Amino acid sequence: MKITLKVWRQKNAQDKGGFKTYQLDDVSPDMSFLEMFDVLNEQILKKGEDPVHFDHDCREGICGTCSMYINGKPHGPKQTTTCQLHMRSFSDGDTIVVEPWRAQAFPVVKDLVVNRSSFDRVIQAGGYVSVNTGGVPDANEIPIPKKIADEAFDSATCIGCGACVAACKNASAMLFVSAKVSQLAMLPQGQVERKTRVEKMVAQMDEEGFGACSNTGACSAECPKEISLENIARLNREYLKAKSSSDNV
Amino acid sequence: MSSTLGKKLLMALTGLFLVIFLVVHLSGNLQLLLNDEGRAFNVYAKFMTTNPLIKTTSFILYATFIIHIVWAIMLTVNNKKSRPVGYAKVSGSNSTWSSRNMGILGTIIFIFLVIHLKNFWYVMHWGPVEMVKYDGVEYKDLYATVDVAFSQLWYVVLYVVAMLGLMFHLFHGFASAFQTLGLNHVKYNPVIKFVGAAFAIIVPAMFAAIPVIIYFKNL
Ligand code: HEM
Ligand code: SF4
Ligand code: FES
Repeated sequence: MKITLKVWRQKNAQDKGGFKTYQLDDVSPDMSFLEMFDVLNEQILKKGEDPVHFDHDCREGICGTCSMYINGKPHGPKQTTTCQLHMRSFSDGDTIVVEPWRAQAFPVVKDLVVNRSSFDRVIQAGGYVSVNTGGVPDANEIPIPKKIADEAFDSATCIGCGACVAACKNASAMLFVSAKVSQLAMLPQGQVERKTRVEKMVAQMDEEGFGACSNTGACSAECPKEISLENIARLNREYLKAKSSSDNV
Repeated sequence: MSSTLGKKLLMALTGLFLVIFLVVHLSGNLQLLLNDEGRAFNVYAKFMTTNPLIKTTSFILYATFIIHIVWAIMLTVNNKKSRPVGYAKVSGSNSTWSSRNMGILGTIIFIFLVIHLKNFWYVMHWGPVEMVKYDGVEYKDLYATVDVAFSQLWYVVLYVVAMLGLMFHLFHGFASAFQTLGLNHVKYNPVIKFVGAAFAIIVPAMFAAIPVIIYFKNL
């Protein structure tokens, strides 16, 4: 396959950046999108230029690192991660535009690499359960209905990739935050800190500069883990309940 | 109320109140189409501007509109700030056009609202309106004002365009408000979706029909 790539190049956070066009003449349809970028970088290195920086780690769709905004969509045309996207999803002769995630809360570090530590700070604000040390509790000591366990697990499959933020016209982190609040709010272990958690995580989300939710549903449509909008409704409920009844003033 | 979630909650509550207002407003206005030279409508208009309970409600309504609009501006400004550098290429296939353009649709409604209020609401309250007498009691002949206004083509076009804006605003807004209030349930979602779509089509269409019918009647 012949592919033309328009890639965002930016030296550092201060640089203005711009698009650069590259030509790849021998792309296999079986390559993943990241492998295609490896080929591109070898080509660039041979010319003695600076390779395109991009984030990746597991390359098997479970870490969420591989952020790329491809042809107007996070992770490209398929609802999956960039590492699991294959060149057969494109046609011979295509021009593909590749940009970094764009959000106030995800500043560009270099080229396609953005800093997503704002997500970490949201988790640090309350996305945990405090466990005092002691003996390991027996499995099945706390009974949890299968249905609830499954729902909590669905929410917990969020890999923190940030595609929801990248897809949202408001760069809102509601889907991510709602998944992280939900997974604990549904389980008995999460009850102790339930109200404080949602209050703190939402406050941190706003503090980081993510936008508000307009319920467009773009996040869920682009989420590689298909986190559903029910989580956002649950976050709205949890927040309202906490604000009207918690002791934090 | 200062958090993004609180602001959205206020948008949803005021939005739903405005939805209820639309029903009341429409049922009153449909009397314009009765073949009685505007008598029923003029009597109704006097009732709506003099009854103390309705007057109190109308102040709540003004406040609702203002809150809905001011909070909409705050949210939109904040949302724009959340993405200071935009994308070169954006695919719109992951969401509906209405859902992404609530601000533009709201602005169309707002422009309409200003003209609409100036021509009818302001005139009804502070004149000049001709008077008519039914059974010895004086009434403002608001019907005549409406009749003259709706004989102008540009005015009718303005109404139809504004109601199209309202239609798309509600297409997304109606169901969106329930999601914001935290109601997302397999049992109720289809109901909300259906009622929302039906409301978004029927109510603006009936509003738009009034000037169109009067225009053709007066040709
Ligand atoms: C009769 C007139 C109106 C009705 C019935 C109405 C109704 C609604 C409803 C039900 C929502 C959904 C709330 C939610 O998403 O939770 C909404 C959202 C919105 N309205 Fe209105 N509205 C009206 C007029 C206006 C006007 C005049 C403006 C602006 C100048 C406006 C701007 C907005 C915006 C920007 C949103 C979206 C907020 C967001 O998604 O973050 N609306 N409206
Ligand atoms: S909710 Fe989905 S899109 Fe958002 S961070 Fe989690 S896995 Fe990624
Ligand atoms: S590199 Fe881990 S999900 Fe793509």
